[in-house]
Amino acid sequence: MKFDTPAATNPIDQLKVVGKATDRIDGPLKTTGTAPYAYERHDVVAGQAYGHILGAAIAKGRITAMDVSAAKAAPGVLAVVTADNAGALGKGHWNTAKLLGGPEIQHYHQAVAVVVAETFEQARAAAALIRVEYKEERGAFDLAAARDGAVEAKDNPDTGAGDFAGAFADAPVRLDATYSTPDQGHAMMEPHATIAAWNGDKLTLWTANQMINWGVKDVAQTLNMPEENIRLISPYIGGGFGGKLFVRSDALMAALGARAAGRPVKVALTRPQMFNNTTHRPATIQRIRIGATPDGKITAFGHESWSGDLPGGKPETAVQQTRLLYAGANRLTAMRLAVLDLPEGNAMRAPGEAPGLMALEIAMDEMAEKLGMDPIQFRILNDTQVDPEHPDRPFSQRQLVECLRQGADRFGWTRRNPKPASVREGRWLVGMGVAAGYRNNLLTKSAARVRLDGQGGVTVETDMTDIGTGTYTIIAQTAAEMLGVPLDRVAVRLGDSRFPVSCGSGGQWGANNSTAGVYAACMKLRQAVARKLGFNAAEPTFADGKVASGGHAVPLAQAAKDGELVAEDMIEYGDLDKKYQQSTFAGHFVEVAVDGATGEIRLRRMLAVCAAGRILNPKSARSQVIGAMTMGAGAALMEELAVDKRRGFFVNHDLAGYEVPVHADIPHQEVVFLDEVDPISSPMKAKGVGELGICGVGAAVANAVHNATGVRVRDYPITLDKLLHHLPEIA
Amino acid sequence: MRPFTYERATSPADAATKAAAIPGARFIAGGTNLLDLMKLQIETPAHLIDVNGLGLDRIEETGEGGLRIGALVRNTDLAADARVRRHYGVLTRALVAGASGQLRNVATTAGNLLQRTRCPYFYDTNQPCNKRQPGSGCSAMGGVTRQLGILGTSDACIATHPSDMAVAMRVLDATVETVRPDGATRAIPIAELHRLPGDTPHLETTLERGELITAVTLPKPIGGTHLYHKVRDRASYAFALISVAAIVRRDGGGRVALGGVAPRPWRVEAAEAQMPKGAKAVAAGLLAGARPTPDNAFKIRLAERTLAAVLAEARA
Ligand SMILES: Cc1cc2nc3c(=O)[nH]c(=O)nc-3n(C[C@H](O)[C@H](O)[C@H](O)COP(=O)(O)OP(=O)(O)OC[C@H]3O[C@@H](n4cnc5c(N)ncnc54)[C@H](O)[C@@H]3O)c2cc1C
Ligand code: SF4
Repeated sequence: MKFDTPAATNPIDQLKVVGKATDRIDGPLKTTGTAPYAYERHDVVAGQAYGHILGAAIAKGRITAMDVSAAKAAPGVLAVVTADNAGALGKGHWNTAKLLGGPEIQHYHQAVAVVVAETFEQARAAAALIRVEYKEERGAFDLAAARDGAVEAKDNPDTGAGDFAGAFADAPVRLDATYSTPDQGHAMMEPHATIAAWNGDKLTLWTANQMINWGVKDVAQTLNMPEENIRLISPYIGGGFGGKLFVRSDALMAALGARAAGRPVKVALTRPQMFNNTTHRPATIQRIRIGATPDGKITAFGHESWSGDLPGGKPETAVQQTRLLYAGANRLTAMRLAVLDLPEGNAMRAPGEAPGLMALEIAMDEMAEKLGMDPIQFRILNDTQVDPEHPDRPFSQRQLVECLRQGADRFGWTRRNPKPASVREGRWLVGMGVAAGYRNNLLTKSAARVRLDGQGGVTVETDMTDIGTGTYTIIAQTAAEMLGVPLDRVAVRLGDSRFPVSCGSGGQWGANNSTAGVYAACMKLRQAVARKLGFNAAEPTFADGKVASGGHAVPLAQAAKDGELVAEDMIEYGDLDKKYQQSTFAGHFVEVAVDGATGEIRLRRMLAVCAAGRILNPKSARSQVIGAMTMGAGAALMEELAVDKRRGFFVNHDLAGYEVPVHADIPHQEVVFLDEVDPISSPMKAKGVGELGICGVGAAVANAVHNATGVRVRDYPITLDKLLHHLPEIA
Repeated sequence: MRPFTYERATSPADAATKAAAIPGARFIAGGTNLLDLMKLQIETPAHLIDVNGLGLDRIEETGEGGLRIGALVRNTDLAADARVRRHYGVLTRALVAGASGQLRNVATTAGNLLQRTRCPYFYDTNQPCNKRQPGSGCSAMGGVTRQLGILGTSDACIATHPSDMAVAMRVLDATVETVRPDGATRAIPIAELHRLPGDTPHLETTLERGELITAVTLPKPIGGTHLYHKVRDRASYAFALISVAAIVRRDGGGRVALGGVAPRPWRVEAAEAQMPKGAKAVAAGLLAGARPTPDNAFKIRLAERTLAAVLAEARA
């Protein structure tokens, strides 16, 4: 199905199932521990052996000698695979560094060997017996130091409009400030894990992967084998946050280990390996310049961002939202990429906007302060309903102003004292902050297959993944709505490369695109049903398990009485995302209390008011948003991969050192979804919503800390050591 | 993890004798620290002697009006004990500020005292570390040191002792009771249990080879207001950046000790004498000779301010 004109009224608009707060259909499996995650699939193939990965002990250099003899001779060991005996390997399109290093080492903890043994403990103990000698080379590990050598990255040109430099120079009120965000790790619960089994030249991988089809392609490319010989199965994923968009070393090393051992092999990364072996969100340095008239109209907007990556890598697109969020005739955005020899950077929890807004929305707060304006008023005054770089492109929907206004009402914004450091409750300094939330809505084609059986049961199959987001449920809701059956008549099967290729899970594009693909397949099935039942004339209705037209109603099941009816289709998009800018918006509000003595920052209240198209399942959407708000709090207050700038690795590589919020950090959270349908986005009229929840939260926290203490911290995370010297004397 | 053998000791003296006799033997109590270190091969015992079944899990009153806490009493049980809560509040407060509920259910009194540092370089066997591998060098120095020590450290090691409980026991003047391989017992004042690193940061305590901790005794209650303030980046489940344990009497005198700043709970009795003069004077004595890194210099100001806040709270 080609979607190239705005959606008219369609069966989804009935909203009998879609749009209703619905418990996750996979909930009981999750809460009873019976959802089969990759590493626990003991049943799928017999004789599973265990692989343990050895990571490189240096960040950059070469292996000069490697002795695996002791490991090979260790109890239970079945095979040891290194670059020496792995055979020729390619590199996946989505990988920057090789998944198996040697002799060249590209980053710390890059896999250099996998040891396969009868038990996990044997494999791990044997891996520790491998002796590796390295010749260490000097690397670049410090973004600030490498910043001057950074260059414009391929496919990421500068953008702009008007004359930024001139307008900024002429602006009566100006802000020129530099911000930084640190490297961060995904730190999801489930580690990267894979079971690999060969059957002749055919390979099956039970793995944890957000993007099945990318995965198949990259495994094929890495192992130099045809895609059709590879099957990826990933029905349940214990969190990914972008860290599982790509095939990682667990999958490759399991496949290589299984080939060498002649047995199925399972491999999971250990927690300390996850931080340096896999991808992370790269650090940024961001310079923001805003010029405005004294009454607060922005005339010049400049945002430059520096980030680093391994050679061949990509920049963190932190200026993305600044092209689109606020008005202003004269504009500039630019990204510069430095070569760093740290582990590779890549997508994490709303790449681009999440770190970009952490800087931009402090800058907006600072500018409002300079102007003596309320920060909400300042944002409303500079709202735009068109793409400011291309004013002929309107937004499909844009309710940022409503998000901010409603949020202000609900949060009690008028109670905020605009003068920083003026509210004290006992030992606590209290403040409120606001930030705009913004995340683009991306359109990607997505296919699905729908089956109707003789009992009226419906089965949906697509290689779409559910990474804990609620995809199973919204897909079931979509099929139930389309075919007029109750939710419990729909079975959803996901995450298998034998199923039609979906959009996958990432960039908050999963919900809208995957359900639109299911919509397309259901439309086709409806036609097949109508034909089968002899409804030639007008389009029949599908409701209450029946198909009806012109007073004539037949049970849906009857259409499949002679055998299953199967329909497959794909949603494909025309140029509606070129003609219209499609984005999602939020107002994020935060109240913090800062311990006046120690500088410890504790959140008190958080509110997000979101406008993100039709909300397919308000319950799981809310869960997504509060989870994202929690991640935003983590980014603001604690998450930082600490770089050893001499040896080039993330030092705090476990969950004791890399802190993410715990329950005690997260106070009352409220989420409001504005009524919105966006017929330009898809037949579902929905947009992404999960990542919107993180975008802007960090800055709202930072702005609240400023309001509480008067201290403007521009370098994340905002830890107490950055406040300590500015806090009032203790009586 | 290296393969190891395992046995259950039959008595405290049996445990100590075996631990001294069997090469590479270690005691295991809750295992919450030791097992993690074994998985990473930071600790590689050849033999584990389980001391859980020795009846060392009781809290009894001593003839002197204090408490004897068995070495195997779990952190949760110790924190919840009515006598501890009533008379040694600083201990309960310190305990519940540590780790998580699940860990405290398993962690023991002796294990907590003997838990090893959380220096991130100690945890990465690719990195030189004098504590893990004597003479290999200290990677932390010049590296990431925000969590590390500012007092009592040496050029060989700047790690801290991470325990919260031990800081409270230090202000309570606890005594560590042990049994030695020859069956003899002794009592070690807690101030003398942990060594400063000097040139030998791998030697962390004054316990002898095979010496088993059997109990920790607390002297008779001294009254006063008991406070423990742990400062950390997140609200729970994080090691202290710094912590302050304090017992403050009505007249303003009392005791204070710091956690998170040194290789052992940091208490300077001479500084305490200044308590009636106010927090600044105490802090000056307590923090004298601090040798911070650029990353952790903030701990000085943080300790001063936290101490001031704690003493103010005690007064209030
Ligand atoms: C994730 C995490 C977070 C934590 N957070 C904190 C925190 O915030 N604050 C804090 O204070 N602690 C914290 N801890 C540490 C925790 O308190 C210790 O792991 C625990 O107290 C150790 O007790 P255990 O009985 O498990 O010791 P084990 O691991 O069994 O033993 C530790 C050491 O003591 C030795 N040992 C044990 N018993 C005896 C004995 N009777 N005589 C002689 N030697 C003995 C062992 O040989 C071993 O060397 C944390 C731990 C973890 C894993
Ligand atoms: S500070 Fe101590 S524990 Fe840390 S690396 Fe140096 S020697 Fe090892």
